[in-house]
Amino acid sequence: MNIWMIVNGERREVDVPPMKRLLDTLREDLNLTGTKEGCGEGECGACLVLVNGQAVNSCLVATGQVQGAEIWTVEGLASSPEELTDLQSAFLTYGAVQCGFCTPGMLMTAHAYLRHNPDPTRDQIREAISGNLCRCTGYQKIVDAIEAVAKRRQTEPGEAP
Amino acid sequence: MGFIGQSIPRTDGFGKVTGQATFVDDLCLPDMLFGATIRSDEPHARLERIEWDPDFDWSSIVRVDASDIPGRNAIFLEQWDQPALAQDVIRHHAEPVALIACADRELLETARKHVTLVTRPLDPLFDPEEALTSEIKIFGEDNLFKQIEIEKGDAPGAMKSAWRVVEGEYRFGYQEQMYIETQGVIAVPGEDGGVTVHGSMQCPYYVLKALTPLLGLPPEKVRIIQTTTGGAFGGKEEYPSMLAAHAVLLALKSGRPVKMVYDRAEDIAVTPKRHPGVIRHRTGVDREGHLLAQEVEILLDGGAYCTLSPVVLGRAAIAAGGPYRCDNLKVLARMVATNKPPSGAFRGFGGPQAAFGVERHMDRIAEEFGVSPLEIRRRNLLQIGDTTATGQQLKDSVGIGEVLEKVAEISDFENRHRAYQHQPAKERLRRGIGLAVCFHGGGFTGAGETWLASKVDLELTSRGGVSIHCGSVEMGQGRNTVFSQIAADALGIDLALVQTPPPDTATCPDSGPTAASRTTMVVGRLVSDAAENLLARMTELLAQQAGVQLDAIHYGQGAFHWEGQDLPFGEAALQLHESCGLVRARAQFVDRDGMVWDPQTYRGDAYAAYSWAAIATEVELDMDTCMPRITRVVAAEDIGKAINPLSVEGQIQGGTLQGLGYGALEEVKMENGRFVNYRMTDCLIPTAMDVPDMEVVIVERPYQHGPAGAKGLGELPTDLPAPALAAAISQAAGFRFDEIPVTPERIAARLTQGKEGA
Ligand code: FES
Ligand code: FES
Repeated sequence: MNIWMIVNGERREVDVPPMKRLLDTLREDLNLTGTKEGCGEGECGACLVLVNGQAVNSCLVATGQVQGAEIWTVEGLASSPEELTDLQSAFLTYGAVQCGFCTPGMLMTAHAYLRHNPDPTRDQIREAISGNLCRCTGYQKIVDAIEAVAKRRQTEPGEAP
Repeated sequence: MGFIGQSIPRTDGFGKVTGQATFVDDLCLPDMLFGATIRSDEPHARLERIEWDPDFDWSSIVRVDASDIPGRNAIFLEQWDQPALAQDVIRHHAEPVALIACADRELLETARKHVTLVTRPLDPLFDPEEALTSEIKIFGEDNLFKQIEIEKGDAPGAMKSAWRVVEGEYRFGYQEQMYIETQGVIAVPGEDGGVTVHGSMQCPYYVLKALTPLLGLPPEKVRIIQTTTGGAFGGKEEYPSMLAAHAVLLALKSGRPVKMVYDRAEDIAVTPKRHPGVIRHRTGVDREGHLLAQEVEILLDGGAYCTLSPVVLGRAAIAAGGPYRCDNLKVLARMVATNKPPSGAFRGFGGPQAAFGVERHMDRIAEEFGVSPLEIRRRNLLQIGDTTATGQQLKDSVGIGEVLEKVAEISDFENRHRAYQHQPAKERLRRGIGLAVCFHGGGFTGAGETWLASKVDLELTSRGGVSIHCGSVEMGQGRNTVFSQIAADALGIDLALVQTPPPDTATCPDSGPTAASRTTMVVGRLVSDAAENLLARMTELLAQQAGVQLDAIHYGQGAFHWEGQDLPFGEAALQLHESCGLVRARAQFVDRDGMVWDPQTYRGDAYAAYSWAAIATEVELDMDTCMPRITRVVAAEDIGKAINPLSVEGQIQGGTLQGLGYGALEEVKMENGRFVNYRMTDCLIPTAMDVPDMEVVIVERPYQHGPAGAKGLGELPTDLPAPALAAAISQAAGFRFDEIPVTPERIAARLTQGKEGA
């Protein structure tokens, strides 16, 4: 079945069975391997992408369900060191990345969440990322990074990425 | 100098925040097949034959069984006991028996259902306590993988003169590593009959050493390349050898690349976990609460095959008595075989089990004496000049007192502990605080490092910099960044000039396994040695080219100087790279500590340096729901030197959370030899909501032969949270919990029991 969607700002068309997981369509048909599989059953958030602005575990979504939708993956954030989003840079400077396997999903969650709640407490950030498992960091530096970005965006309002 | 001690952002970070880092499942090769494993459904059985459904069309499926193995059917590590594919006998549930591969994954799944293992069931052995005397034989005559006895002084004699003898029994379950990237490899057959393996792993050379005898190939025909590794924690220490063996057998039979990436369920169901078991303590104490004699018995369940279990047992035995002064100690440690999936390496490597036993036991001693947990530890901590369990005298770099005092002060331990002792019994929310200390030796045990003889190469690059080549991997812990910092400082050059290509056995020497908290302490030192050797080599070449005496050239401030000339490192590197081709320098491990070790008696210098840690945890326990909530965590860790404080904090926070999970949340349940909660849905690990911000203090008591004084770090933080958390929950509940994880179910059961008993 032909399915079209707007992926990272570009119209893409794929010919896949409608039940194919969005995760697999992204990774295999669109070669967007930044989105990861950690469990395949909605528990870890490694596969998390934005679908029409909502954070969604792409392992639980059939490609047929996203016909015409706008999708953002980690590849849509930046592709060169100069273009990194404030969250991507903060993840690096605050040590929020270790193995990096949870990072793409974690970044997408953070981007979506800060748009929804621009001035969160640390506990709220913890709650917001509680669907994204990270086995390396103990989460604290991820919270540090997201909090720092929220604070900076408050003091230097500008176009939020 | 410049970079050591700085919180440099990780040098491999860009690929990781943009999705460009390539993990094994992101690779797709032309003509690639997908592999799958046919596994036993019984814990113990005779394998009569494999039945391939004659009515199924097998034409597009590659099939492999034990008869396809060209060499010896074993995954060699400590023993030759574990077959790559079971033959004749099945010894645990989910044991690999046959392999299939196909380009179409759906067809692969269908094909799997058309394979039947014809077996005759045998009686299984599940209880490790029965292993030694059981009629059922899994390993040798007595199912004993390893027994270690440590004797120091005269424990039975000293016990007699004790003012009081305190006994206790401590139990612990399996723990799953739960790296978020599951295990995976791709095997690519070569035209010369050789093979290349790309995969997620900790020890490329373990894979190499396992594959050569299995395939009957010389080492030069087997090449292992590590892909970006999404967490490992010990879980990717030995198992990748098994997975690689499977993918390689399929690749060699089909002549095509074969990818095998486990899904989560398979990963949990079949890969090795932290050893479950029991530790029994008997301790003689004098009137002042000093330890006079310690007798410790350790029993760990190794599962059906040996894997790394003897080494895990060694760590546990050495740490069994804790970081305490005691002249009379007797440890009897056993690792036994049962019909269960093999246990294996997990961060801490016997340390968390040992720490759980001895730290809970110290709490029990404190209770019997009516002193606080802090006070009993203060009275008994090891100090410089004391000897450890193995008789090793501590000469320097002992930060145990400092870490304990820091934690006690920051957590306000004494006051809170006292206050919680007197909280009203009937409150719904009750509080508790717990404390633990531990030590962890860096590097391989005893003469292990000398035997490993690790090597590191530094090479000039075409960009006027250097690249570091060795088998130690980056698995998230920060190896790339730390090695870059060490090399940049040793050479006096910019960090950007240092490259850290992923380990590839064809181009990188063996620097030993990425394990045992040895990568910074041992291999990091070799990076700095190799840098010195590289400077010497460059000086030699420059002297030849300039026609001057060797000693006319000296190096400083990032440049070579002679006869009024100043040649910056980068220019020299480019010049030599162009004129001489490959310029490489190597450093190899030498024992600078004069270690003396007897592997038979476990006497002597067990580790070149120990790291020390203390932790306090507070909980609030809801007596109605039995849910404990962690409200505070304070940890102080003496690691010699923080090469990269940001990364060190990250290691401590991450490792601590794994230890907290071990104490009160994480449980892999087993029924009849099979893991039953093999999904993330019910095999839980902590989320961001399960822990508050942790307060971490880094203490630096340098080890003179570590790079800039650094000691081991990786495992230390995981060793000690569990007993502290169990202690906190015990205080809150008003009952002693000596078995982990202390889950709400366990708390509820205990509270009900208590009420009935009352
Ligand atoms: S892979 Fe989708 S939630 Fe884990
Ligand atoms: S950084 Fe490894 S899982 Fe999060």
